[in-house]
Amino acid sequence: MSDHERAGETEAPRVDLTTPEGLIGETEEGGQELLARTRTTTDELAREKGSVLRVPEAMPGDPAHVDVEVPDDETMIINFGPQHPSTHGVLRLMMELDGETVIRSKPVIGYLHTGMEKTGEELTYQQGATNVTRMDYLSPLTNELVFSLATEALLGIELPPRAVWIRMLLAELQRVASHLMWLATNGMDLGSTTMMIFGFREREMVLGFFEKTTGVRMNHNFIRPGGTAADLPDGWEDDVTVIIDTIEVRLDDYDQLLTGQPIFRERTEGVGALTAEEALALSATGPILRSTGIAWDLRRTMPYMEYDKVDFDVIVGTFGDNFDRYAIRFNEVRESIKIIRQVLDRIPQGDYRVQDKKVTPPPRARIDESMEALIHHFKIFTEGFKVPEGEVYTAIESPRGEIGCYIVSDGSAKPYRMHIRGPSFVNMQSLPVMLRGGLVADAIATTSSVDPVMGESDR
Amino acid sequence: MSETVSETVSETVSDAVVAGLPSMTSTGQDVVFPTVTEYHDVVTAYKVAGFAMLADLTAVDYLTHPGRTLPHGVAPERFEVVTNLLSLSAARRVRIRTQLPEDPAVIASVWDLYPGAEAMEREVYDMFGIRFTGHPDLTRILMPEDWEGYPLRKDYGIGRVPVQFKESPGPR
Repeated sequence: MSDHERAGETEAPRVDLTTPEGLIGETEEGGQELLARTRTTTDELAREKGSVLRVPEAMPGDPAHVDVEVPDDETMIINFGPQHPSTHGVLRLMMELDGETVIRSKPVIGYLHTGMEKTGEELTYQQGATNVTRMDYLSPLTNELVFSLATEALLGIELPPRAVWIRMLLAELQRVASHLMWLATNGMDLGSTTMMIFGFREREMVLGFFEKTTGVRMNHNFIRPGGTAADLPDGWEDDVTVIIDTIEVRLDDYDQLLTGQPIFRERTEGVGALTAEEALALSATGPILRSTGIAWDLRRTMPYMEYDKVDFDVIVGTFGDNFDRYAIRFNEVRESIKIIRQVLDRIPQGDYRVQDKKVTPPPRARIDESMEALIHHFKIFTEGFKVPEGEVYTAIESPRGEIGCYIVSDGSAKPYRMHIRGPSFVNMQSLPVMLRGGLVADAIATTSSVDPVMGESDR
Repeated sequence: MSETVSETVSETVSDAVVAGLPSMTSTGQDVVFPTVTEYHDVVTAYKVAGFAMLADLTAVDYLTHPGRTLPHGVAPERFEVVTNLLSLSAARRVRIRTQLPEDPAVIASVWDLYPGAEAMEREVYDMFGIRFTGHPDLTRILMPEDWEGYPLRKDYGIGRVPVQFKESPGPR
C-alpha cells in the first residue's frame, strides 16, 4: 500500500492548489494512482464523472446521479492491468468498485515510456522516421507519414504525384490492417475467438504485402521525408487487388458473425456511451468522436495529400456507445477499400521521391559515375539535411484519431523539438467517463473500444 | 454535423483580448503570442469564438536556441507553452505560443475550459517541470513518481548505458 492510500484513510490535509507553493507541495511526492475519496470535497465530487478527471461545470452532467454518499468501506479499489491480456498492452486501470459497478476509474500509464520525443531530438530528420514508426506499432506507416509531412512542410518541398499516391495507398492499407487487428482483439475481449483468428488472418495478408514492399512487416521506415524509400514492387496491383477483394468478401462474413450476433449486440449496445459534448471537451478524436455523431474526419474536413480527390464516406454513429464505435471501424475498412480501388485506377507514373539532392540520396548508380553524387550521398548519411528554422504542426487522421506532429527546427539537421500528439494518449481520457456506472465486465469491452496502443500513448 | 458545433467562428475573433496580440503566420498556420497573464483569457476568447477542441498542448525548452523568430514585441523566454486549438465548424487551427520564464515556470491551466487538457498538462509538467495552476491532479504521468528531473529540458542529459565489449577472440 502506498503512502498515498494510507494518507487517504486518515484526514488528508487539503492543499491549496491555486498557489505555486501549494502546487509544488502537491506534486513533489504526488502519486499517480487513484486519489483517495477524502481528498475530494462534496462540491467537486458532485461534478466528478470520472476519477481525477473532474468534468467542470461548463459541461452538462447531472449531479444527482453522483453517489456522494458511498462510504469508503463498501467500495473496493482494484487494479486492472498492467499485465492483463485485455488491456491491449501495459495499460493499468485503477477502478473503484461498488459491488460490480465501476464508480471511478483512472488510467495509469507510462509503463512503456521510452523517451521517444527526447530520442527524436538526437536523430537527424533522415533517421527520425525510424524512431517515430515505433510509437504506434499497429499503424507504423501513419506515424512515418505525419513526421514526413511535417518535415516536408518545414522544407517547403513538393512531392511528385506518384509519391503522394503511394503514401495514400499505404496509409489506407494500414488503416485496413489496424482496424482488422482491432476487430480481432475486440472480438477476443467479447469472447469471440473466431473473430480473433479471422482478423489476424486477414491482417497478415496486408502485412505480407508490406513485407514485400518495405522489407519488414512492421516498423517499416518506408515513408521518409522527401517521398518513400522505394517504388512499389512489380505486380503490386495484382497483390493489392487480391487482398482487398478477399477482405471485402470476408467482411460480409464478419458482419454476420458479429453484427448479427445477439450476444455481441447485447454486450456492446448502450455500453460505454459518450455524448458529443463530452467527446469534444475531452479532445477525443477518430472513431470515438465520430461515434457521437460529429462527422469529423481530417481526410475530409481538413484534407491533406490527395484525399480531396478521392471519393469516400465519413462513417458517423449516433449513440456514442461501443456498438457505434465497432460499426464505424467496421465500415471504415470498406471505405478504405473504396479509396484503395481509386488509387489503383488513378495512380500516376513518375518518381517515388523528390529529386532534390539536398534531401534525398542520389540513385545508387549515380554514385559510381559522379563525384558530386557521392558527396551528396555522404553528406546526407553522415550529417543529414538541414531544415530551415521554423515550427509546424501537422495533423492527419490515423486509425485511432488525430495524430499530430509538432516540429521546431533551429536550422540544423536535427529537430530542436519533436512532439507527437498521440491519439491513444488523448483518447484515454474519455475512458473514466465511459466506464462510470458500468459493470466490470463491460469495462473490458469499453477499454477495447477506445483502441489504445500503449506504445503511442507512452511514447 | 451536430448542432453543438454549428456556430461559426467570427472571422477575426473580434474580442478585444485577442485583437491586439502579436501574431504571425508560421508555415501557413496562424500563431498568436499572449503573455502568461493573458494566456487564460485568450484561450477563453477562442473557446467562445467557436474553437471547440483543444487539439494539443505541449511545451518547448528554448534554452539553447534563444534567437528564434518572434514577432515584434515578444521577448523570448526559456520555455514556451504551445497550445493548438481546433475549430470544427470553420475547420481551422490556431496555435497559441506563450513565453514562460524559467522561474517561476507557472502558468494557468486551461483544464477548466477544456477537460481534455488534463493528460496533456500532466505530460508537460512531467517532461518540463512547468506547473499549471488550477489543474486538478498535477502529477507525473509517464515517468515514475519518484523520478528526479524533467527529461525533455535541454539541460537534462541523455543517458547512456556503457557498452562492454567482449574480449577479442584472438588469433586462431
